[in-house]
Amino acid sequence: MPPFVYIFLGALAIVSALGVVVQRNPIHSLLSLIGTLLTVALLFIAEDAVVVGFLQIIVYAGAIMVLFLFVIWLLNLQVETGPTGHLALKIFGWLGAALLVTELFFILAPPHLQVKFTHEPAGYGSLASLAGKLFTDYLVAFEVTSVLLLAAVVGAVALARRIPAAEEFRDVKEPEKIAS
Amino acid sequence: MIPLTYMMSLSAIIFAIGVAGVIIRRNILVMYMSIELMLNAVNLAFVAIGSRLGSMDGQVIVFFVMTVAAAESAVGLGIIISSFRNRDTVHADDLTLMRW
Repeated sequence: MPPFVYIFLGALAIVSALGVVVQRNPIHSLLSLIGTLLTVALLFIAEDAVVVGFLQIIVYAGAIMVLFLFVIWLLNLQVETGPTGHLALKIFGWLGAALLVTELFFILAPPHLQVKFTHEPAGYGSLASLAGKLFTDYLVAFEVTSVLLLAAVVGAVALARRIPAAEEFRDVKEPEKIAS
Repeated sequence: MIPLTYMMSLSAIIFAIGVAGVIIRRNILVMYMSIELMLNAVNLAFVAIGSRLGSMDGQVIVFFVMTVAAAESAVGLGIIISSFRNRDTVHADDLTLMRW
């Protein structure tokens, strides 16, 4: 993979990541996020992590983002008007982000990592090698993941369900507000 | 293959943008998207180092991170919907009480 592809994908990822934070319309933020996820997926594929790259496109840019889209529609979110936050917070946020980049750059610079880099073995990043690792070394974690997903499904249904008691409470509360 | 420094810098920058998003934005949904951004930056670092070490462990960890992110977003969006139903707002500064 020629280096300019990496440069191009990296620049695209950074610009669309900035778009997530800067856009005032939640839908535009979401579209920028999908752009970032797709470019990161392409970077995965360029780094010989083909299966994970496609999983990223299907699971992240597909399923999770559709969930976000439905929530935005459901809540009927509009473009934010007026100031979105405190100016001090904005300055602090961007300054903190810049400091964090510098710090991470010094910590994660390869000379400090103290690892020995080798060439990839044959079949690296294939579905077979991923599955081989997943169902031997990480079998317990894989099985526990199924329990986690079950708990998440039950939790999401329980949270998003309309609770009758809360509705009654709300109905009682409304006339009081008008009276006061 | 491109030097590791490039991939790690890219990962650090995307992570920092995610942090800035959580600090700056007050819309809960956009804060949530910024968290997804941070998760992706970490995934990128895992894949980059894994491919240079010639080990599959990094990709397996990325697989697990994606699963946990899916579970987390399902529960988190459920919380956002139920809090919106009670308060009619997604503005983080308006949600100051844990009870309703």
